[in-house]
Amino acid sequence: MAADLKRSGLFAPIDKGAFIEKISNPDAAPRFEDWKIINAQALVTGRVTQEADGRLKAEFRLWDSFAGQQLTGQQFFTQPENWRRVAHIIADAIYEQITGEKGYFDTRIVYVAESGPKTARKRQLAIMDQDGANARAVTNNNDLVLTPRFSPNKQEITYMSFEGNQPRVYLLQLETGQREVVGNFPGMTFAPRFSPDGQRVIMSLQQEGNANIYTMDLRSRTTTRLTNTAAIDTSPSYSPDGSQVVFESDRGGKQQLYVMSANGGGQNRISFGDGSYSTPVWSPRGDLIAFTKQSGGKFSIGVMKPDGSGERILTTGFHNEGPTWAPNGRVLMFFRQNAGAGGPQLYSIDLTGYNEQLVSTQGFASDPAWSPLLE
Amino acid sequence: MSRIHTPAASRMNTIARNPVMIALFMTLAIAGCASKKNLPNNANDLGLGANAATPGSQQDFTVNVGDRIFFDTDSSSIRADAQSTLARQAQWLAKYPNYQITVEGHADERGTREYNLALGARRAAATKDFLASQGVPGNRMRTISFGKEKPVAVCDDISCWSQNRRAVTVLGGAGM
Repeated sequence: MAADLKRSGLFAPIDKGAFIEKISNPDAAPRFEDWKIINAQALVTGRVTQEADGRLKAEFRLWDSFAGQQLTGQQFFTQPENWRRVAHIIADAIYEQITGEKGYFDTRIVYVAESGPKTARKRQLAIMDQDGANARAVTNNNDLVLTPRFSPNKQEITYMSFEGNQPRVYLLQLETGQREVVGNFPGMTFAPRFSPDGQRVIMSLQQEGNANIYTMDLRSRTTTRLTNTAAIDTSPSYSPDGSQVVFESDRGGKQQLYVMSANGGGQNRISFGDGSYSTPVWSPRGDLIAFTKQSGGKFSIGVMKPDGSGERILTTGFHNEGPTWAPNGRVLMFFRQNAGAGGPQLYSIDLTGYNEQLVSTQGFASDPAWSPLLE
Repeated sequence: MSRIHTPAASRMNTIARNPVMIALFMTLAIAGCASKKNLPNNANDLGLGANAATPGSQQDFTVNVGDRIFFDTDSSSIRADAQSTLARQAQWLAKYPNYQITVEGHADERGTREYNLALGARRAAATKDFLASQGVPGNRMRTISFGKEKPVAVCDDISCWSQNRRAVTVLGGAGM
């Protein structure tokens, strides 16, 4: 819990050595004076015990030391192996109470786990908790797999695989392991994402030198073409209300960001800064679009408003790519590659550009995609 | 569709600069145990054999004809040096008509993943079109793009990236 809150950059846990009051009964009101002296604006008390049936019982209370009152209190029962998840859920409750926004600690990341030398890199899909714990492989074979993305409402991901030397977009049910190809397209399909209602996959189809954007309705299996140019149109991402799509295109020469309506109408360029823009992702709050920007030999992660105004760069370096939003639209994760023979790693950063943090993974990692809040 | 929530947003920006001091005091009566499963770590190594170049063999094609061409940054134009390589490839393929080919398009690492998949495809298509113009029948050729995922050279300078911006003509199917 302390680790979650600290990593968010919005909380500063106080070292236990500084505590004056030693809490003996977490149900009783603390001596607020003792916590005000050490400048603890908020105090969390609680206990974890084991029930007769073996389940854990976790209880907590959140106190406002300066107002001298309890803000919230909850208790949870869970199997012992789920202790981390309960800690994340409590941390989310604390985060929401203090900041007024939904937390994001009880979430997962699907990503590409990379191993081996750069010229013979093995890439597999893996899932972990947002803090890097509980990593597990989702695929384990020699097929190249890229760009996994979570369904907004199911235990399902869409991704690209080179299985059988046929690069195509797939769906994978996480609970059953069941897989299927998305659509029956006459060429490489790539850059998939779900619509906000989870009913469609939007992606690019490559035909000769062009890539155009298509959707497939997962119930009716009908496919719809949204763009029709001789350019590379790719990396589509829906607005959270499903009415618009942001994508990248080099139809004007360099890669730039464009917004269109969800039926393909009204395609307007929104990025006009120096350099080129790619991998746009619409914030779950709807107010911003995150992107990768290439300029002056550097790769940056930035955000702009959906009309292209208010561009802000959050981080810049040799190579930063592929932002993904936490479900509360407050934090971004992306991957960073340094020059030379090493591999990519995952980083998170606050929307303000503060609090950049390495998300530790066992090997190299790229293409992170944040899950929605778990049910 | 874009929600306005100024109070929370401005509060968040304040908190981002001045984190909330918080004390956490949880008594833990149970010892938890976390297990972390290892991710797989067994990469494939690709290697070429070093046999003598029998005429009409893969080795003959690679060594004496040249199996690959290179591109300028963010370009799929067939350069003059590449045109002569592809003309030799077309002559060789005319001489050995039993071979099917796969043209693999690749990009260097200085681009984003999804765009580079399309750029590699565009390079493979341009290469295939040029071979067709040199008389290689379309039904002997297929293309595949690996984007930036399969570099041949690893370094951090321009000379090296140029070796990765390539289209490779592979006899038979696509080599993974």
